[in-house]
This record gives sequence, C-alpha cells and structure tokens, in this order.
Amino acid sequence: MVEEQFVLGNEACALGAIAAGCRFFAGYPITPSTEIAEKMSYLLPKYGGTFIQMEDEIASIGTIIGASWSGLKTMTATSGPGISLMQENIGYGFITETPMVIVNVQRGSPSTAQPTMSAQADMMQVRWGSHGDYEPIALAPSSVQEFFDFTIEAFNLAEKYRLPVTILADEVVGHMREKLIIPDKVNIVTRTRPELTDDYLPFDAPENGTTPMPAFGEGYNIHVTGLTHDKRGYPDTNNPETHHNLIKRLCDKVLANRADICSIKKEFCDDADIIIVSCGSPYRSVGAAIKMAREEGIKVGSLKINTPWPFPEEEIKSIANDVDNIIVPEMNLGQMVHEVERVVAGKANVHLIGKIGGVLHKPEEILEKIKEIHEGEC
Amino acid sequence: MRKEVRIAGFGGQGVLMAGIILGKAASLFDNINAVQTQSYGPEARGGASRTEVVVSDEEIDYPKVSHPDILVAMSHEALIKYMDDLKDEGILIIDPDLVVEEEIVDFVKEHNINLYRAPATNTATEKIGLRIVANIVMIGAIVKVTDIVSVEAAKQAILDSVPKGTEDKNIQAFEAGYALL
Repeated sequence: MVEEQFVLGNEACALGAIAAGCRFFAGYPITPSTEIAEKMSYLLPKYGGTFIQMEDEIASIGTIIGASWSGLKTMTATSGPGISLMQENIGYGFITETPMVIVNVQRGSPSTAQPTMSAQADMMQVRWGSHGDYEPIALAPSSVQEFFDFTIEAFNLAEKYRLPVTILADEVVGHMREKLIIPDKVNIVTRTRPELTDDYLPFDAPENGTTPMPAFGEGYNIHVTGLTHDKRGYPDTNNPETHHNLIKRLCDKVLANRADICSIKKEFCDDADIIIVSCGSPYRSVGAAIKMAREEGIKVGSLKINTPWPFPEEEIKSIANDVDNIIVPEMNLGQMVHEVERVVAGKANVHLIGKIGGVLHKPEEILEKIKEIHEGEC
Repeated sequence: MRKEVRIAGFGGQGVLMAGIILGKAASLFDNINAVQTQSYGPEARGGASRTEVVVSDEEIDYPKVSHPDILVAMSHEALIKYMDDLKDEGILIIDPDLVVEEEIVDFVKEHNINLYRAPATNTATEKIGLRIVANIVMIGAIVKVTDIVSVEAAKQAILDSVPKGTEDKNIQAFEAGYALL
C-alpha cells in the first residue's frame, strides 16, 4: 500500500535506505546529518539489520566497507568534517570496488564552521577528495521526496557499478519536512554472487565493467587490497600495465555509462534566452525566480543536475548552443561553476551566484542577476 | 495561494510541534502542499525557538519564509525579533500573558496588522489543567482566524502526532483554542 508521511529529508533518506535493502549502518552522529543515524537506529533492528554508533568517522567508513564485503548493503551518513576524515577509505572503496552509500548532508565549511547552517561546500571534495584517479557517482536531492528516491538510486548504482556512491544533500533539504510518498514497491538492484569454481578470479571483470561480488565466509578464496592488484586480487604494484588496466577500467565503468548514470531535469528551456543550472536545494529558489522573471516577460529556463558526478557534460554542452547566458547559483564561492565553464568552453557566458553564510539564495537574488543580464543584452 | 506562517516562542513551549502539526494537517489531511522548517540553534528549554510553515495549493518551490502572512508569538522576545518581517495587513496572534502589548501598538497601527489575542498558556493551565498543551490551544486559535488548514485536518494531524493516551486532552485543547477567538 502506498504510504504518505510528513517527514524530514533526513528521515526520508533513512526510509529510502531501508526500502533499497540497506541492512547495515555505521556512523558517528554529526549535525546536520544526525537524524539519519537516529532513524536508522530505530529502523534497522526491526528489519533484521545492524546499527552501530562508531567511535569516529574513520571507523565508520572502514566498518561499512567490511560489512559490504560480508554481503550487506551498507551506508554511513555524515557532514563535511566527517567526509574529510573518511577520504582515505573512500579511495580504498573505489580500488576494491566496494558498493556502499555515503550520505553527506553539507554544512558551512571549512573545518567545523557552521554545524546548523547549509552549504554546498563539498561538491569538489566528493570529486577529488581522495588521492588518485577515480570517477565518483554523486546525487543531489532538492526535496524530501528526492532524498528518498535518490537514496534508493544511490544503492542501485552502487550495486550495479560496484563503487561508493555519495548523496550530496545539504542542511536545507535534510532539515525540511514535506510530504513523502512511499510506493508499495520500489525497483532495487540485488547483489548477485559469482559462481564458485576452482579457477575463480574475483577481479576478472570485462573492459568498462564489473564482475559479481563474492562475500567473505561463503567459500570463496579472496584477497582484498588497496594496493594495485591483478585479477586474483593479489598485489602487483610494480607492473605499469596492471595498474593502468585496473584504474582505467574503474574510471571507464563510470564514464562509459554516463548515459545510464547521469540524470538532469530541464524545464522552460524551449523558448529560454537564459538558462539557470543548479543542483540540490538552490533549485528551489531557481523555480521561484523563473516564475518571477517570466511574469516580467524574461524567458528563463532551468537545468537541474540530479547527478553532479559524473558531470552531465553533453547536456550542459547542448544548452550552450541554445543560450548566450548561463547562471549558476551555488551555496559556495564557486565549485560546480568551474565544471560548467569547462564544458561550455566559451560558447556562452557563465555567471556564478556564489552564496555562503548558511542561507539558501532568495529568489529575488537570482531574479536580480537575471535582470542584470537581460538588461545588458537589450 | 501561498501562505507563510511563522510561530515563535521559548524552547519547551512546543513551538516546533505546532509547526509540524500544521504542516501535516495541510499535506496529509487537506491534501495541499506544505513545507515545515525550523531554527536550529542552542535551543535548550527557555531559549528562543522558531518554526515556519509554507502552505500552498500549488507546488512550493522556495521552501523558506521571509515575509510571513501569519506570525504567532508565544513570547515577547520572539514578538520583537520577528514582528518587522510580518506583511502589511498580516495576521498577528499573540499570547497576551507573555508579551508587553504597549510596545507593539504603533507597529500594529502603522502596518494595519490584524491583531488577535489568544491566551493559550492560561487556557491550557486553567481549562485543560495541562500547561504543556498551550501549543495545541494555539493551533486551535490559528485555525479559527486563518484558513490555512481545515478543522478536520488539524484534528487528524493532532491525533497523528500526540502520544497515545493524550488524545482527548489534546482535542479539548484544540477546541478551547478554537473558541478563544
């Protein structure tokens, strides 16, 4: 039966995790993500799962990696300071191809800055925070319903491509209550097991692809290491070819599947002279600003990025052919705007509205930029 | 139509619960849209506490409240802090026992504010015998003077939100608040 609840974004995330089949959570509470851990601590025991409050974030990420290798769908939730601590093991997650979901409810940064205020401070940290070459997947919700839906999608992508997937939420969406519709059935990707044979190779994946994941304790001989490894999983650190092939495959399994992973939402773009590119909570202000602009006869459209990573390059490139001006509102001093500029490559003017301090852009602030550009063009 | 409500008072008065109940009434029982947010700060009992609810029959894009149509003040500190944001001709509901009314006379006149006095705390204590239900009394008053949610939806949301065994007292509190104005 379809169920309706009036809940926090953070609670919707926990409900989404349970619906996606998450049965293990390890975390260290931190504002503004704490309600996720709290809700998971109530829900998991009811579903036969395990909740552990860890001593810190490093232990949390290590524990969900271990739990994932024991065969469970796992999650942790934190904010910027915790993500900073987790970075080394997030890289370990990529090289060992460990499916797991990391929720980052972003707050004012750097350091411990603004625990109770919102920001999009970690957009690039999720992209480049751990050392080395890797291609992350991240989803950015802008509503309570999306926080639920994107959590399920994050688990599905983590399982499908065997890697850590991040939910890049922020304080606004984490701490707002809205109606959540929980469908009676959701599509989930179930982890498959490899066939157990004498010459079994746990990392023998096709080019651009993955191979089913074994689980500890189920009879497989497996060795899991953060060192560069061969198809058996054994270290082969001095062989340039082994390293090249492994890391290329890990990156390409995401890049070659952009079409499957990337998600955007375009609105009012057909007749637009200006397009606003946003992701996460600022999208809510964009919607209001576009209505105000159109009432004044200025044709503005919206491209909302649901998956900041991998960056939806083709979609952004294509709008640069249609309009001369792109506005990028972000709750930081400019992060995703660099990606937009890189992809647009001079074909359109890119205007940042960078806002820090912890408060969502007011629609009027975006409208002001729209008018400034519109008047400049006339 | 979009309506913005702000309820403010001390921590411990159940201000947040009042916001959640209004949001729930609108979105789950009146089937219109609602977003509820709240201030997060060092809000131990006694500190300032604030909740905001946006209610609309259309999709709600911007989720925050900047100029409320309705301000409910359950403390003098909250009234003075948030009064200026209230829209001209807006609705101001105060608990007269907890605010110094003389200080707002000019403001009310100047901005054509519709001022309502709902002695929620006193009503909760005297009529229900439970000071803790002052927030529910206030919801009754809000529902009476505004049309943001229906009586039926408000009652259902209260029943959905309060601890088991306290339903009757809370519905009585709502009705006492509704009768105040």
